[in-house]
Amino acid sequence: MSVETSVISTLIAEHFGEAIEELGFSHGVHAYAAPPDRLVELCRLLKEHPALRFDFLSDICGVDLYPETPRYEAVYHLYSLPNKWRVRIKCRLADPPQVPSVTGVWRTANWHEREAWDMYGIKFEGHPDLRRIYMWEGFEGFPQRKDFPLRGYKDELNPFGAEGPPPHQPDLATRDIPSGGRSTPDTSDDRSH
Amino acid sequence: MTEVTELMRPEGEALDTKEVLLNLGPQHPSTHGVLRLVLELDGEYVARVDPHIGYLHRGTEKLAESFTYTQIFPLTDRLDYVCPPSNNLAFALAVEKLLGIEAPIRAQYIRVLMAELARISGHLLITGALPMDLGAMTALLYAMREREMIMDLLEMITGARMHTSFCRVGGVREDLPDGFFPKIREFCDIFPNRIRDYERLIEDNRVFLKRTQGIGVISAEDGIDLGLSGPNLRASGVDWDIRRDEPYEIYDRLDFNVITREEGDCYARWQCRVEEMRESVRIIEQCLDQMPEGPFQVDMPTIAFPMDKDRVHCSMEALIQHFDLSAYGFEVPKGEVYSAIEAPKGELGFYIISDGSPKPFRMKVRAPSFVNLQGLFGVTNARYLADMIAVLGSLDPVMAEVDK
Repeated sequence: MSVETSVISTLIAEHFGEAIEELGFSHGVHAYAAPPDRLVELCRLLKEHPALRFDFLSDICGVDLYPETPRYEAVYHLYSLPNKWRVRIKCRLADPPQVPSVTGVWRTANWHEREAWDMYGIKFEGHPDLRRIYMWEGFEGFPQRKDFPLRGYKDELNPFGAEGPPPHQPDLATRDIPSGGRSTPDTSDDRSH
Repeated sequence: MTEVTELMRPEGEALDTKEVLLNLGPQHPSTHGVLRLVLELDGEYVARVDPHIGYLHRGTEKLAESFTYTQIFPLTDRLDYVCPPSNNLAFALAVEKLLGIEAPIRAQYIRVLMAELARISGHLLITGALPMDLGAMTALLYAMREREMIMDLLEMITGARMHTSFCRVGGVREDLPDGFFPKIREFCDIFPNRIRDYERLIEDNRVFLKRTQGIGVISAEDGIDLGLSGPNLRASGVDWDIRRDEPYEIYDRLDFNVITREEGDCYARWQCRVEEMRESVRIIEQCLDQMPEGPFQVDMPTIAFPMDKDRVHCSMEALIQHFDLSAYGFEVPKGEVYSAIEAPKGELGFYIISDGSPKPFRMKVRAPSFVNLQGLFGVTNARYLADMIAVLGSLDPVMAEVDK
């Protein structure tokens, strides 16, 4: 256990110096905190270094730490199939949250990042197709943020929702979505059955 | 239902280059739930696939933030509803790690036994449903017959057929009922022969073989890159099983094989699951042989209800604690944990951040089906529309888990 920690930590310290903070080992997972601008570099090191080989990305998770600042966090869980080690990388993000995409390192990051964008509004720069994944296109707001009411906002379809208008952030929900969001067959003009 | 829309064709282009968009789903039997695949067709060939999910999104993670830890168990049932005991187990383990406790040995055996029953139940469904998707209806009917036996066993233990909610933090809800052992031994005797029956039914079915062998191949590198896990990845030759590699509960005391196949095609994925059912029966038999007597939950009044319900009626303290636990739950120390188990579909992980209150600050479910569905982007040699049905069936996504 301590051997793994020293291997991982030494290699990280060699390449990044003080930039990556070590958060210790708990419940079988080694945790590190990385600044967003070094994240992709760190992921590449962890995946490609022959002594580490974290080839499996388990999960990417968005967190809203409201009312703390910086408010958001992206958490990455990696697994090394050859070594059977687990690593957690935490990345604190200011509001509005932005972080480079790791889809170039692991393809599986694609849907995880779409989910974090959909639920928390974390923008993954360089993602090939950052669309909402669970909520429908045109939905306003990010439902898993702590300031979004559990039952949503009241409207004609949701009589039990919270009072008050939805937070006006249509620009966040629709702006700057890469052109990957293509029109679906339903909205196509030329329709034949 | 299925609707075909033609794209606008640029002027002067030949007829044979016209591409067609096809909506497969959201209501289509082969999607096993509400999944919509937008397929870009070039004649009979599939040029591009774009899955649209979220039709079943219930906000499990958001809901969990307003529930106490005990109240979350029924939510986990509704993730992969084909095998709820595995989901219960994964969540209980994560919370127990945060609390720094372990369930008593007997409870661990009961949990593993139920998780393996759930694995058989989940694999049975796909063993029958994949041939059905490809036109061989009979297999499903046979599989459902055996699945009914498992439902009866689960009903005997928990009182519920589907949503068992049997795990508790620090153990299970109650002990195994009288007369359970003969029943499950009977199942263990009958079932391996029945597996042989399915194989005989399907293995020589030339249509099934033609439509699955060599179809939808996922290489080991692509599988790992796309985050596949469980039988889907093992069918591509990756020898990885969390039960063996990071043993939880009492899996290190059990002797079982990890089934792998080299081909990585639809047939290999189907075969892997059939073989895994055999191993699960072996695990269940070992659990029955090794299971010790003892308590079925921890003796910690602040976390678990009193094991002897009568104490609530005659002891003031027990009554208060029972009320306190039911109404307010228990506090979990500040911290975070990621805990993964080998669920029937693959790596099922729970990432819980606790702020020291009786409700999780954040609960993230790493749902294996959600990630496995991305395997659609890694398949090769699935050129025809009909092959997509086989690939989708063999990846075995449960939409309730995909959509959370």
